[in-house]
Amino acid sequence: MANAAAFRVCPETGLKVCHHAEILIKANAVVAVVFLAIGGLFGLLVALTRWPAVHILPADLFYLALTAHGADVLLFWIIFFEIAVLYFASAVLLNSRLAAPKWAWFAFALMLVGALMANVAVLQGESSVMFTSYVPMKAAPHFYLGLIVFAVGALIACFVFFGTLVIARQERTYEGSIPLVTFGAVTAAVIAVYTIASGAIILIPTFLWSVGIIPHLDSIMYKVVWWGMGHSSQQINVSAHVAVWYAIAAMVLGAKPLSEKVSRTAFLLYIAFLQLASAHHLLVDPGISSSWKVFNTSYAIYLAVLGSMIHGMSVPGAIEAAQRRRGLTQGAFDWLRRAPWGNPAFSGMVLSVIMFGFLGGISGVVLGTEQLNLIMHNTLYVPGHFHATVVAGTTLAFMAITYLVVPLIFRKEIMFPGMARWQPYLFGLGAMGISFFMMGAGTLGVSRRHWDMTFADAVLKFEYPPAAFLMMGLNGISALLATLGGIMFIVIVVGSVFFGKPRDEAAIKRNPVIGPSGGAAVSQYGGEATFNLPGTTILVAVFFVSFVLYYFINWKYLSEVWPLR
Amino acid sequence: MAITPPENRLWWNEPLHRMEIVWITIAFLWGVVMFLTMVYWHIAGQQNLSNEAYRVKPDAFAAKAEAMVARYKVREEGDSKIPVVRPPAGGDAYLIARLWEWWPILELEKGQSYRLHLSSMDWLHGFSLQPTNINIQVHPNYEMVLTVTPTQSGEFAVVCNEFCGIGHHNMLGRIYVVDRK
Ligand code: HEM
Ligand SMILES: [Cu+2]
Ligand SMILES: [Cu+2]
Repeated sequence: MANAAAFRVCPETGLKVCHHAEILIKANAVVAVVFLAIGGLFGLLVALTRWPAVHILPADLFYLALTAHGADVLLFWIIFFEIAVLYFASAVLLNSRLAAPKWAWFAFALMLVGALMANVAVLQGESSVMFTSYVPMKAAPHFYLGLIVFAVGALIACFVFFGTLVIARQERTYEGSIPLVTFGAVTAAVIAVYTIASGAIILIPTFLWSVGIIPHLDSIMYKVVWWGMGHSSQQINVSAHVAVWYAIAAMVLGAKPLSEKVSRTAFLLYIAFLQLASAHHLLVDPGISSSWKVFNTSYAIYLAVLGSMIHGMSVPGAIEAAQRRRGLTQGAFDWLRRAPWGNPAFSGMVLSVIMFGFLGGISGVVLGTEQLNLIMHNTLYVPGHFHATVVAGTTLAFMAITYLVVPLIFRKEIMFPGMARWQPYLFGLGAMGISFFMMGAGTLGVSRRHWDMTFADAVLKFEYPPAAFLMMGLNGISALLATLGGIMFIVIVVGSVFFGKPRDEAAIKRNPVIGPSGGAAVSQYGGEATFNLPGTTILVAVFFVSFVLYYFINWKYLSEVWPLR
Repeated sequence: MAITPPENRLWWNEPLHRMEIVWITIAFLWGVVMFLTMVYWHIAGQQNLSNEAYRVKPDAFAAKAEAMVARYKVREEGDSKIPVVRPPAGGDAYLIARLWEWWPILELEKGQSYRLHLSSMDWLHGFSLQPTNINIQVHPNYEMVLTVTPTQSGEFAVVCNEFCGIGHHNMLGRIYVVDRK
């Protein structure tokens, strides 16, 4: 059995790549990209409808498209890709064979069937309930069933990942501890198991209710447990994309964490504190005590946020240290100026770090503050926030690593390199725009998931301020940019994978994806006593000041609304 | 490299980078500050969401709202004759959320406090008071009671900001705030 797996040796890294792992990574990544394309198209339609001057879809199709958008991108694109990341971080990085490839294919099939079933349900029009499907609004039974089947598949895939870790350890395919990137993937997978369990606890009864077996579901209980899945799954995304950040920095620049201990502890903080997070989706719901909300939303005094803040320093710090070792020691930012900005893996990763931190992280903490949620709940601020986290953060990071996965795993040259250079910037700018302008509109009170901000057909009248209309127009323009960046990505990836030139020895020499000095340039790790990191220090200081200012500005806004007790 | 196992097998014994220690300390303390800010606001702030809520059957809640309307109605508005109700200052004001309207219209006095009762007759709805921008989730079978004090006079809209089906975007209510006579 142990020898059943075939391997090839990667000519660039010397890693042994298990044949099964390789095709499974390909299959999951390709399906992921297909769902990104479908879901992204729905996203464009939604954004164009919310642009009052364009208002492209009728109301029923708008709500349908919004449901499909949420499910296809947030669940199917991201999770398929994450499974590919898990197989990569276990089998490939650990030089191991993949555990139970048959089960991995079974998981893949279940996920695909589930995702298709949910899509069919939504497209049939009886399940425009949004991906949150809050009860007592009811979708068609096969909508819930699709999600359940998908989740079971994802759960099996996580166990294949854990199995691979066990095999790698038993067969001694690596020395010492697992690498940091794999550690991040373990974090993601542990959280995934918890998440999927919550999902099962809520979706199975909801399915039974939709077919009439269970008479009643409590709407608060539903929200609490649903977000046990919904929020935790965001922590999977964060763990996965942070692991991807470290992976790209290491592969492209030979960067390693400032200290393994700190980065690993930061991952552990995610595991330890995330279960508390579902509370911040119920900050303005009835019957939940303030003390529970304060404790839970702060994830016990913000320890998971602390984890992200640590990574936010340690990733740029690792890059700066690597660059300085390479001799780019002039001034505070020479290392940054002379970074490989034309390499889409690098630029995508840096943009992802910056936008996730500045836009997504700060807005998330503000939004999740007990009292501040009153002035933002269910406004467009919410999608604004999470487009900064899952689009500018996770999606961009996943796109970035795809530029390494295509040559290394698919062994194809990247097609259209000129376009690839620009793709992360264009998509990043678009993603930044949709996040920023939706947050702006939300600050002005505009509702999320809302077909007509002019209220033309309502009995009573109300007008949002003109600035809100401007925001929605700019949001539409940003959506066009993001879509263009998304189409470029898909053209490049599909083109390279299916029609690209195979990567031969000559190509590898001419155009290595793995940085020239690899790990050698930074062979000493741990306390970087010899390196000052003035650039990172300044970046982190700017981040911190922005955070503090924006946080208190929102308290000022809150203090101006009607007193409530 | 981060993609290879740590070279030093005893990585957990390595000293921390000074910058890491400083940043972890600052970030941790900032977390404490943010935590304490929420607590502080409960003591000194004016905007805290009430914890008062009851289980209630939709009919029972509707009956209470109808009783209020019968007693304090001052006029009707529009073709649909939505009642405008002026509950006594300091008293109870009921607002029903249902597909797809907020019922009735409330007329409140600036600077007075009211006990506002919110509940839904059917699905989830979102009470979004505009342009003030106060947003509260409304559930069926739960009655939330909060004490509000309008501080501006004028016409305010209650937008529904929780998706509640195909008429969601038409679910618009109103609250008037009038100056004290
Ligand atoms: C071309 C790129 C994209 C555009 C233009 C876009 C635009 C939008 C817009 C305008 C909304 C609706 C806001 C509302 O009315 O409530 C929305 C919702 C949403 N988007 Fe995107 N988006 C894009 C990509 C993504 C990606 C890549 C993800 C996830 C990884 C994502 C996740 C979501 C989710 C979860 C919702 C909420 C759906 C709901 O409220 O049920 N979007 N998006
Ligand atoms: Cu509603
Ligand atoms: Cu609604």
